[in-house]
Amino acid sequence: MFDNIFGIHEQALMVQGQRMGVLAGNLANADTPGFKARDIDFAAVLSSQSQGDRALPLAATDSAHITLSGTDPATADVKYRNPYQASLDGNTVEMPVEQAAFSETNVRYQASLNFINSRISELTLAINGS
Amino acid sequence: MSLFDVFNVSGSAMNAETIRLNTTASNLANAESVNGDPTKVYRARHPVFQAVMNSEMGLDDAAGASSGVRVMGVVESTTPPIQTYEPNNPLADKDGYVYTSNVNSIEEMANMISANRSFATDVEAVNTARDLLLKVISMGH
Repeated sequence: MFDNIFGIHEQALMVQGQRMGVLAGNLANADTPGFKARDIDFAAVLSSQSQGDRALPLAATDSAHITLSGTDPATADVKYRNPYQASLDGNTVEMPVEQAAFSETNVRYQASLNFINSRISELTLAINGS
Repeated sequence: MSLFDVFNVSGSAMNAETIRLNTTASNLANAESVNGDPTKVYRARHPVFQAVMNSEMGLDDAAGASSGVRVMGVVESTTPPIQTYEPNNPLADKDGYVYTSNVNSIEEMANMISANRSFATDVEAVNTARDLLLKVISMGH
């Protein structure tokens, strides 16, 4: 029963945290010529995760074997963003888009935290009985 | 934990923007500098930013996801200095010309606003990451 107390939110926190790091990198490079903005597609990671549980994993018997990307939440695949308007210096960071994505990730992260906190207080209530 | 990377990434960006603000201040301060020799007159300086991967910053980053910024170098503008005829100026050359620095004040003001905005955004990112991490610490209380 206690294997999966927090459900998906445990992994969700990890991926959202990673996405936040990527978006902070985009914001940091807003003035870097030639920088390509990147992002993590949460839905894609989620579906690859849920399929990954069912699919047979690839056995890595040699150190030279390459693991499939996207099967490990710690290495969720990072993709390049398509800019709405290309800039002359090759930079694809669009401030409003990045800021919106950043605050969205912020809210989603807090939502997952809230779910985990409610689960904890629920279980504490069940244990204490008062 | 990638949320901790936000501090390093945004911190490097704030450092780079500070250098940009410093060069802007230097350019504006020298906007009216004159010299009798066109090769010795002050020229506008601009930093060149470059993305730096987390692995280069010595951070653990399996996905190669987030990246900071560093100032690759500071380049001097190649715009020719402005030549004016001022025979009474003690700095004038033998033909009576002085050369004013090639700083474009309007360009520098725009640069300053851009650096200011980017710095504010980075501070906001750091604050958000800090708030979230504090909430993670107090999880279950």
